[in-house]
Amino acid sequence: MADPLILFRTMLTIREAELALARLFADGEVPGFIHLSVGQEAVAAGVCAALGPQDSVASTHRGHGHAIARGISLEGFFAEVMAKSTGLCGGRGGSMHVADLQRGMLGANGIVGAGAPIALGAALAQRTRGTDGVAVAFFGDGALAEGAMHETLNMAAIWRLPLLMVCENNGWAEFSRSDTQVAAKLGAWTAAYGVRHVEVDGNDASAVAAAAEDAVAAQRHGEGPRVIEARTHRWRGHFEGDPQRYRDPEEAARMAEHDPIARSRATLLDAGTPAATLEVAEAEARDAVATAIAAARAAPPADWMAALSGVYAPAGA
Amino acid sequence: MAELRMVQAVNRALTESMTEDDTVILLGEDIGAAGGPFGATRGLQEKFGPDRVRDTPISEAGIIGAAVGAALSGLKPVAEIMFMDFITLAMDALVNQAAKARFMFGGQRGVPMVLRTPHGGGLSAGPQHSQCLEAWLCHIPGLKVVCPATPADAHALLRAAIADPDPVVMVENKALYAMKGEVDDAPAPLQIGRARVARPGRDATIVAYGAAVHWATEAATALARDSIEAEVIDLRSLQPWDEATVLESLARTHHLVIAQEAVEAFGVGAEIAARMADIGFDELDGPILRVGAPFTPVPFAKELESAYRPDAARIAAAVRRTLD
Repeated sequence: MADPLILFRTMLTIREAELALARLFADGEVPGFIHLSVGQEAVAAGVCAALGPQDSVASTHRGHGHAIARGISLEGFFAEVMAKSTGLCGGRGGSMHVADLQRGMLGANGIVGAGAPIALGAALAQRTRGTDGVAVAFFGDGALAEGAMHETLNMAAIWRLPLLMVCENNGWAEFSRSDTQVAAKLGAWTAAYGVRHVEVDGNDASAVAAAAEDAVAAQRHGEGPRVIEARTHRWRGHFEGDPQRYRDPEEAARMAEHDPIARSRATLLDAGTPAATLEVAEAEARDAVATAIAAARAAPPADWMAALSGVYAPAGA
Repeated sequence: MAELRMVQAVNRALTESMTEDDTVILLGEDIGAAGGPFGATRGLQEKFGPDRVRDTPISEAGIIGAAVGAALSGLKPVAEIMFMDFITLAMDALVNQAAKARFMFGGQRGVPMVLRTPHGGGLSAGPQHSQCLEAWLCHIPGLKVVCPATPADAHALLRAAIADPDPVVMVENKALYAMKGEVDDAPAPLQIGRARVARPGRDATIVAYGAAVHWATEAATALARDSIEAEVIDLRSLQPWDEATVLESLARTHHLVIAQEAVEAFGVGAEIAARMADIGFDELDGPILRVGAPFTPVPFAKELESAYRPDAARIAAAVRRTLD
């Protein structure tokens, strides 16, 4: 059972980091495109709480939460997104390519659906080497329209690979309602491949963690793929700066009622956690993010010469 | 020393690499029980088991995507795509994922995978089973591309590709699969990026790769009857390619023809011509000429396909034209 306080802390860190990113983006300190997962933190926190160091995660373009929940360095994260040489990827990837392979974080991905076959390969590697590790592919409900998703689930099913596919179902496929784009309900889709599908409240980190723990435990004992569908809400636009003209403004008010962090906080208080403990956690998340941003600001910019020589392994490697 | 067909040389390289390194696995359609559509993997599933020689569904995007994930996770996958034409279905995994991972992740890890795939016509296989698409891949930073012309090089290049820490595409000309040639029992390792002088000559340089090496050699033999001695350089590796060897030859012959089976426009030959027009400008005593396929899809009918494919006569004519 995942510790609810740890889940709370993970979600706080993701929220603090992403709200800070939104400010940095607005101020011009974060270039390019960023896609925030504000409102969806419970999925990343819950799933990653069920994983160990031997496991792998392939993420999406909305991947900051997955990376932070996987325990990457916040300083390396901010430095990357702020295009600094000390970034996790030396400033060559940015928000859509944050990766930490040592921590089994196989990368965010700029291509919708592309992380799934990569996670499939990681699961294949686990099985081939005879380990008990699993691989997780996060994906959004819009990604189900991509062919690679179908190839991945089919291959995972016929080979019975330890692939946990986690759908963050926020109802949106970029700027469109996903139900106008995808004919299949996720449960029906997975049933067609003989794969077990579990639906979970994606705003309840403990419920997500329990579903993920159950799946991962079965997969460590040889079970094949599973799909978790976590229903949640995307609070912000597809990308930062998205005016969201396609969206009913009242939806935002409804979404706030399902804030996974507020819910987690209330549950912890009900269970007798002292308010002071939660306040300390909140202060620590804020401090950790502020410290990471300060370090990233002080870091040198991305290094062109290092990038230029980084396309291939050095000769003789 | 053994005489092997090219397809057997590929099989031998796979066998040796898999024997030496148990992280090497094979993925592809019908490569296991069926032994591969061209027989390149015959007997390997019996030898190494179904987990290391894995028959896949007809899912090219899934195959290459899985190879990327497995390579990032410590294996060395060698994936086969049945016909090069089918790489279109796997381009995201190849171009956006495999090629970029080392760079975009800041050098944390490379993607040590190999993609083997046959190209080329001459079999009346039609527009979707005959194309030579290697120039696409040479255009992508992060990929390496090799293309053997002989069984010995097929063996050596595949061994080098599997040992390479970055993604390598080995393009195999399917019309050469049955070609026989000597392969050393323990050949010296070959470095990717080194060309081979297939035939020495002093009057003109013909740069070629894959099947075109044999047409170029045939052209050189015909030209020799008129006392024109053409040097034939077999590139072997297209990305990176051996600029130094080509320049050194050009500096002796002062005339350059580049021959390829692929469509001539925007091809490998265009890149070589452009580079030599730059760094070899002072050596040139005639125009750099390319011989390649016309700007049409590969046709099916034998009469059409033989009109389409470059051959020794066209290469010889190009040499005469640049010497003129």
